[in-house]
Amino acid sequence: MPYVSNEEAKAAVQDRSGHQVAPGRLSKVFDSDMFHSFLRSKVTVVAAIGTFILFMLAFLAPWVAPHNPFDLASISILDARVPPVWMEYADPRFLLGTDDQGRDLLSGIFYGMRISLIVGFCSVVAAAVIGITLGLVAGYMGGRVDTVIMRIADVQLTFPAILIALLIDGIAAGIFGGVDREIFAFYILIVSLALSFWVQYARTVRGSTMVEKNKEYVQAARVIGIPSVIIMARHILPNVMGPVMVIATINLALAIVTEATLSFLGVGMPPTQPSLGTLIAVGNDFLYSGEWWIAIFPGLALALLVLNVNLLGDWLRDALNPKLR
Amino acid sequence: MIGFATRRLIQAMIVMLVVALLAFTMFRFVGDPINQMVGIETSIEEREALRERLGLNDPIPVQFLRFVTNAAQFDFGTSYQFRQPVSELFAKRIPATLELSFTSALFALVVGIPMGIYAGLNRESPVSKFFLSVSLIGISLPTFFIGILLIFLFSVTLQWLPSFGRGDTVQIGSWWTTGFLTISGLKALILPSITLGLYQMTLIMRLIRAEMLEVIRTDYIKFARARGLPDRLVNFRHALKNTLVPVITITGLQLGAIIAFATITETVFNWPGMGLMFLQAVQNVDIPIMSAYLLLTAFLFVAINFIVDILYFYIDPRLRVGRP
Repeated sequence: MPYVSNEEAKAAVQDRSGHQVAPGRLSKVFDSDMFHSFLRSKVTVVAAIGTFILFMLAFLAPWVAPHNPFDLASISILDARVPPVWMEYADPRFLLGTDDQGRDLLSGIFYGMRISLIVGFCSVVAAAVIGITLGLVAGYMGGRVDTVIMRIADVQLTFPAILIALLIDGIAAGIFGGVDREIFAFYILIVSLALSFWVQYARTVRGSTMVEKNKEYVQAARVIGIPSVIIMARHILPNVMGPVMVIATINLALAIVTEATLSFLGVGMPPTQPSLGTLIAVGNDFLYSGEWWIAIFPGLALALLVLNVNLLGDWLRDALNPKLR
Repeated sequence: MIGFATRRLIQAMIVMLVVALLAFTMFRFVGDPINQMVGIETSIEEREALRERLGLNDPIPVQFLRFVTNAAQFDFGTSYQFRQPVSELFAKRIPATLELSFTSALFALVVGIPMGIYAGLNRESPVSKFFLSVSLIGISLPTFFIGILLIFLFSVTLQWLPSFGRGDTVQIGSWWTTGFLTISGLKALILPSITLGLYQMTLIMRLIRAEMLEVIRTDYIKFARARGLPDRLVNFRHALKNTLVPVITITGLQLGAIIAFATITETVFNWPGMGLMFLQAVQNVDIPIMSAYLLLTAFLFVAINFIVDILYFYIDPRLRVGRP
């Protein structure tokens, strides 16, 4: 059936277009001969160390950050917009300078990265739970349930994730009203990211479920009368998790970028709980008056984080999928 | 072929209906439309009168039907923020977005294709490696940060190019305004187009490179070389031609993505397009603009998808064989 495969191919392409980072793209950077694979593993090692360091800095922020940017007693507006130490008028207390409210930028980046990562992880888990459940049900049940779920997935795939997240955010703001937005911002963000990214999990899990359900162990389980729900959760699920891990890693980078973009656009994390995107948005206002560090340093931190996670996800995909070698 | 096109058309229409239902649900049930339209001092009787006049007391299916009929005639209601018809607001802003998207797509193709050909033909050269590293960075940097970096470099530090707006525009016809005809308009286009097109450029470059690597290994290319045809002829006449099929498909599909991602670029550069208006609508919960934008982009995406499907059919003869 050439049209079906064509369709699938196009869906894969749209996956790439809609979401900012594509599966299958980075892996083509290096080809599979010996020298290159050696080089790739070296890159992976560096990326792994980099990711580990960044994660540690983020999650241990209260202990490793030189200042606490949320401690109102320790910040002073007199320290506002101090440049990084290697520039004129710098203050040795602030390695990368300070933002518009006199908060240490380096500490702000650590704390911001922590929020970015927490939002990223939570939304990846939420998207995976939705996607895996729907994928399992669609693949195992088949028939009309399958058609409905996959049609929804197809329709959603035509839209870039960022648009969907923006729309959900707008609707949520309409429902909750402007007042409570700051309290709910974190949850709204996770829901909108999860609802934007579940499709990939669902498609993958559905595919592997359809293969698994015809295998003997599933038939045996069915013959002895185990209920469908338990067959799906206990028997099929563990066997379809491999590809899910790859998607989850790549989607973590994607979720971080999308979150940063939403926060930058002013519909993500509020300035009271700044993520990296919020920090960049704040700094963007000072770009023109020469205080470039407020926007550029958080941006570089974001790029570094995304690059490292991407490289890891890439390697993981190749390692878990011998077909792509 | 006709059967294929009809099936596709029906599918496209179903998608549009689903999106319309979503847009309608949003419009009707997120917040009370009446509350958004009137002031606090409006009495309950007046509100009810308005409700009746707008048909908000009719059965839901009737309202949905009216919503679809109106939308098909480009009537999307009145914006809550601007108190103007949504369609007029969009008409004013569509040229800006389309010109930006078109320039970005052009940039992506004009720069991406030669880079991809070069990297595919000389895969070991340092220049190719450099191209690949650049594209890796292009993928890892979020669009908005690329924009900020460009502004910082070319507008703030070097002061070569403007960082916001469209520059001077010229009006063509009754509503189209163009920035293509003035120097400041063209200058204003440069940074936003690069920001928006960079991702697509890396995508096209990688695609062409991968396809080239695959094609030059095939037998007919080896045979062409064995016949003693000059390299230039083999590379461009035989190899490149066969790599272009997927490029056309992806460019078509990416056109939709470009228009969607324009929202981000327009925000960074304060570009007066419909993406910026959509974002302001999201921030201010201006539901009519949001639902109109949803419908418009959905329509664009569905139309582009449909055209690409049909084009595919024409470009790739293999699809036509063995299929009723």
